Amino acid sequence: MSDSPERKAGIIACSGEELAEGTVTRLAALRVLHDTRRGDTVTLCLPLFLAGGEGERTFARDFPTITVDGCELRCAARATERYSARPAASLVVTELAAARGITGVAGCRRLNDAGQRAVEAVADELAGLVDQVLGREGAR
Amino acid sequence: MKDGMRKVVIVPCSGIGKPFGTVAREAAYDLVEDLRPHATRLVALSKLVLGDAESRAIVAAHPVITIDGCKLNCAAKCVQESGGTIVREVAVLEVFRQHKDLKPEGIAELNPEGVRLARVLAEELLPEIDALTAGAAGEDDHV
Repeated sequence: MSDSPERKAGIIACSGEELAEGTVTRLAALRVLHDTRRGDTVTLCLPLFLAGGEGERTFARDFPTITVDGCELRCAARATERYSARPAASLVVTELAAARGITGVAGCRRLNDAGQRAVEAVADELAGLVDQVLGREGAR
Repeated sequence: MKDGMRKVVIVPCSGIGKPFGTVAREAAYDLVEDLRPHATRLVALSKLVLGDAESRAIVAAHPVITIDGCKLNCAAKCVQESGGTIVREVAVLEVFRQHKDLKPEGIAELNPEGVRLARVLAEELLPEIDALTAGAAGEDDHV
């Protein structure tokens, strides 16, 4: 976990290495963390739930978390709920991309143009969810 | 990888907080996409965290190399929890200590030094992968 000050939202990306959509989750989470909601968010490493990260488990129990999954397996959302607490919000890249008309996401290592558009779409949606779970004025 | 060929499973950590996690991920792609595409395959760590049956079966049936970006060793711990046999645990930090001129920076996008560190790490694993997949390595030598 990057840090854990008060009133921050935790973002848990699946980072799935086998699918391009997993890379989308990672890059979108980093964009929100470092750019669009800098200071309002922290990231949590999903594997630490299983590998003994008590800090991660505690954070997700005490603070709002948003999970970002690449596919319908929803590993991040389900593992977060299993090991810690139900996420305050969650999204799935394949579903959001389909809703935004983005097709042909590819390139686990280097995303193609569709993948980059998916990152923008997911980061945008994620920023809105951060505002929502933090109770910001004008939250979507 | 061809059917019937012995595979080495590569499980990198999903570290998102430091460049070393990205190096782990990049090194895994170096192996499965560039250096030994027919002898290796990735398994996503998130699936093992969730306990996905198919992924657990894969790590249980093949030798596994884990690549971790920090001392918490999440990839190694998760593979062990999943019943996998780890033939090599790689710590990016240890590799960096041997190549201090290759300081990785950037998480979303690694600097050239980080990309090089990942490639060095991956190349150091090739003899072991070739030994584990004896008879299959030759056709993958075109790097």
